[in-house]
Amino acid sequence: MIYAILRRFGQMLFVMFGISVIVFLIFFATPGADPAARIAGRNASSEVLAAVRHSFGFDQPLYVQYTRMMEKIFVTGDLTSFVNRGWKVVPAVMDSIPVTLSLVFGAAVLWVMVSIIIGIVAAATRDSWLDKLLMALGLLGISMPVYWLGEVMNLITQSRYHDSWAFSWVPPLGYKNFSDDPKGWFLTLVIPWITLAILYIGIYGRVLRAAIIESMQEDYIRTARAKGLSEARILFRHALRTSLIAFVTLFGLDFGALVGGSALLTEVVFGLHGIGKLTYDALQNLDLPMIMATVMYASMFVVIANAVVDFIYILLDPRLRAS
Amino acid sequence: MILSVRDLRVSFRTHDGPVRAIDGVSFDLGESEILGVVGESGSGKTVSLLAVMGLITDPNATIEGSIRYKGRELVGLPPRELRRLRGNEIAMIFQDPMTALTPVYMIGWQIAEQIRAHRGVSKSKAMERVEQLLAEVNFPNPHEAMSRYPHQLSGGMRQRAVIAMALSCDPALLVADEPTTALDVTVQAGILDLVRKLRAKHKSAVVFITHDMGVVSELADRVMVMYAGRVVERGTRTELFSDPRHPYTRALLGSIPPLTGQKPRRLPAIPGSPPSLLRLPQGCAFGPRCPVHYEPCEASKPGLGSGAHAAACFRVAQA
Amino acid sequence: MIDADRPILETRSLAKRFSIGTRFSAEGRRTVHAVDNVSLTVRRGETVGLVGESGCGKSTLARCLVRLYDITDGKLLFEGDDITSKSLSELRPLRRRLQMVFQDPSASLNPRRRVGDLVAEPLRIHGKLSAKGITARVAELFELVGLLPDHVMRYPHEFSGGQRQRVGIARAIALNPDLVVLDEPVSALDVSVQAQIVNLLADLQEKLKLTYIFIAHDLSVVRQVSTRIAVMYLGSIVEEGPAEEVFATPAHPYSQALISAVPVVETTPSGTRKRIILTGDVPSPLKPPSGCRFHPRCPIAVERCRSERPELQEHHPGRKVACHFPTLT
Repeated sequence: MIYAILRRFGQMLFVMFGISVIVFLIFFATPGADPAARIAGRNASSEVLAAVRHSFGFDQPLYVQYTRMMEKIFVTGDLTSFVNRGWKVVPAVMDSIPVTLSLVFGAAVLWVMVSIIIGIVAAATRDSWLDKLLMALGLLGISMPVYWLGEVMNLITQSRYHDSWAFSWVPPLGYKNFSDDPKGWFLTLVIPWITLAILYIGIYGRVLRAAIIESMQEDYIRTARAKGLSEARILFRHALRTSLIAFVTLFGLDFGALVGGSALLTEVVFGLHGIGKLTYDALQNLDLPMIMATVMYASMFVVIANAVVDFIYILLDPRLRAS
Repeated sequence: MILSVRDLRVSFRTHDGPVRAIDGVSFDLGESEILGVVGESGSGKTVSLLAVMGLITDPNATIEGSIRYKGRELVGLPPRELRRLRGNEIAMIFQDPMTALTPVYMIGWQIAEQIRAHRGVSKSKAMERVEQLLAEVNFPNPHEAMSRYPHQLSGGMRQRAVIAMALSCDPALLVADEPTTALDVTVQAGILDLVRKLRAKHKSAVVFITHDMGVVSELADRVMVMYAGRVVERGTRTELFSDPRHPYTRALLGSIPPLTGQKPRRLPAIPGSPPSLLRLPQGCAFGPRCPVHYEPCEASKPGLGSGAHAAACFRVAQA
Repeated sequence: MIDADRPILETRSLAKRFSIGTRFSAEGRRTVHAVDNVSLTVRRGETVGLVGESGCGKSTLARCLVRLYDITDGKLLFEGDDITSKSLSELRPLRRRLQMVFQDPSASLNPRRRVGDLVAEPLRIHGKLSAKGITARVAELFELVGLLPDHVMRYPHEFSGGQRQRVGIARAIALNPDLVVLDEPVSALDVSVQAQIVNLLADLQEKLKLTYIFIAHDLSVVRQVSTRIAVMYLGSIVEEGPAEEVFATPAHPYSQALISAVPVVETTPSGTRKRIILTGDVPSPLKPPSGCRFHPRCPIAVERCRSERPELQEHHPGRKVACHFPTLT
């Protein structure tokens, strides 16, 4: 057990090291990315440029620059932005984490619950009108782009029908801290949660339905019927558990990616200053320290999410436990 | 009479037309009797037993005829009522023990689940019973085996667990579908031995499906040979093996290589292969492969007749 | 003319080990002793039957014999020529003479190709025949294995299991091999069809002077086909001898149990044949038992069997047993 955790940890360090080196090298190989020129301003003289280079350490060899940047992220935590002088990137990332986590976590709870219900109902009523309707709705959810859906949601809840009884409770866009205002936190996030979840409900519902239907063909389902168990018990206790394995794999990948910044579009549409937005802005400004910090954070989450998935696997499937 | 099947017909609608998997099968089974059902793939042996269990769930299937269990008609019984019998009074053992158990639950849990579905007993009472059952099917360490997952047991041990599960509610009728086909002969010998002992102890009637004539001759009291969805011969074990009448039974017995004595240079083989159920001949289904077929065999299907030892063959009827 | 008594294939202390897991998995790297110390001689024109429970290493041994697997230890000689570690290109001329037939005929035939094409394939790869020559040879092969000439244009799925196995056999004999390894060739077939294939194999052996290595779990089929039998247990041969002798008077307690377990058609009430029922399962080849590998299940094992491993010894001419206390008649 301890060995497995250590192995995961080693793997995480390896992934983070690899990614950071790649990001670092790509940055310096990108044309027009010279940070000194950007920092010094548009018409800076060559003396100013040289001074900036020296004060930021750009005249050092790359590996020295790399080591110093890593040290500043992980040890001293005082890495500053190249673009906004004095803006410390580590606290900026730390501030964005609760926003993204709130968004993604709430949406995940919603999509997991709803898609499990949809998957089970569709599989249980296979080929009926209800199954067909649910699958058609799922497909609709998958095909709606999230930024478009978000804008439509905003249009409805913020302007067109904001004054109607149905949506008058929706607060203006933005994020409220859970610790300051739990009710406000919840209300501002409801619409973003639904928007983000709709896509995943469609995908997960379909995946689960297919997995359950596949399990229902297994020999052990026939055994369960021969035992005289009720159809409901067969479905919930025997077919569902084995079907959840595919579901969990997908969830680990999606959740890790979303927490790492893939919820960008949702964040932008709803004015939430999360990791996605932070990464996006940093990329726009070619702000290496910020890019580096967000990328490090994202890769850490992807690896952690994968470790959690592996753990759930072992809970779900005893065949994977070492004897 | 435990089980009485009359003129059972099962057909499936398929893309290529209707398939008559069972075409008029009748048989009786007395208390603590072992009936061996022999046949090749497509003979309908498995489908007829799934019909008895009410386990044909395919919406394209039609089941006609009568299946009476202790005098009670099972065909057309509501699913709820059938479920009460299944696993309780009628239990089944399947062919492949590797896939017959749910991989994610412990053996003990899976057996207890069946006991609790039919008997309103507490979990601990059910578990006590499971331990007894596992000891009865010769698990060396029954208590420990209860907390094993299926993948942690060998094929033979899994099949023993499946048998323990089938016996858990003291069924009056046990249906075994090729329970030893996937096992090695050494393991098979142990399982056959176990089935014999359990039959003596529990007084369950057993229907044992197999393609292996040797297994049937060791285990069954009475034998029924099936071909292309029909019974071609039935009789007691002694009758059937010392005086096989149907040309198919004779040919099948003749084509088995001997285990002792002089080896024949060539085996007396049956030409051709079992027919497709989609394209059955109008007359006797075995006709095209039969060494003694003549005109009447082409025109219509021979009936089985009513004798205790009977063969569905015009030649036999004529003799 | 080749000396008929010269072995066509010979193994000397052949071993095959597989490594499973990695250094980083929970149990670390482990070794499966799939085949262990097998010395077997196959003479021209005979059929050697390999029998034993699943997992005894008979299929692994067969695959080593045709070099489908690399050999971990020991030697493999083909007509006296050491082919243990020959490279694939060096083996190519030999491939023609060493062929294999597998259990599931439908899995080893490409479903999208016509069967005539499938049979012609080895001829195109290895042979020096013209297109016309190939067509003629395919027709000849079809006749040999009992398929009709117009079957050439059909696809595998249009055939029954028995016919598909005939196609598999036609492919294997297309290049006039000397030795054919048959791994469970009749196990997937219906009982009424098995005898046809068994007869076909016997006919082909006679006509084409083939040597067979035959694997099947149905012991009566192995007895019918084989001239000699090698009984395997946990990767090693425990008994070897002429087929009829081994079946009539098995000397190793394992062979005795194995043969007694075969259900046979008896008209007399059951219980007349003495049956030895083995207790326990085959031990894992990851941790083979000490001494004689059969001792934990052996009804006659004594202390010596736990510590000292018996060698495969010749007791009568052609009759070898690996047991401290063989039943010799």
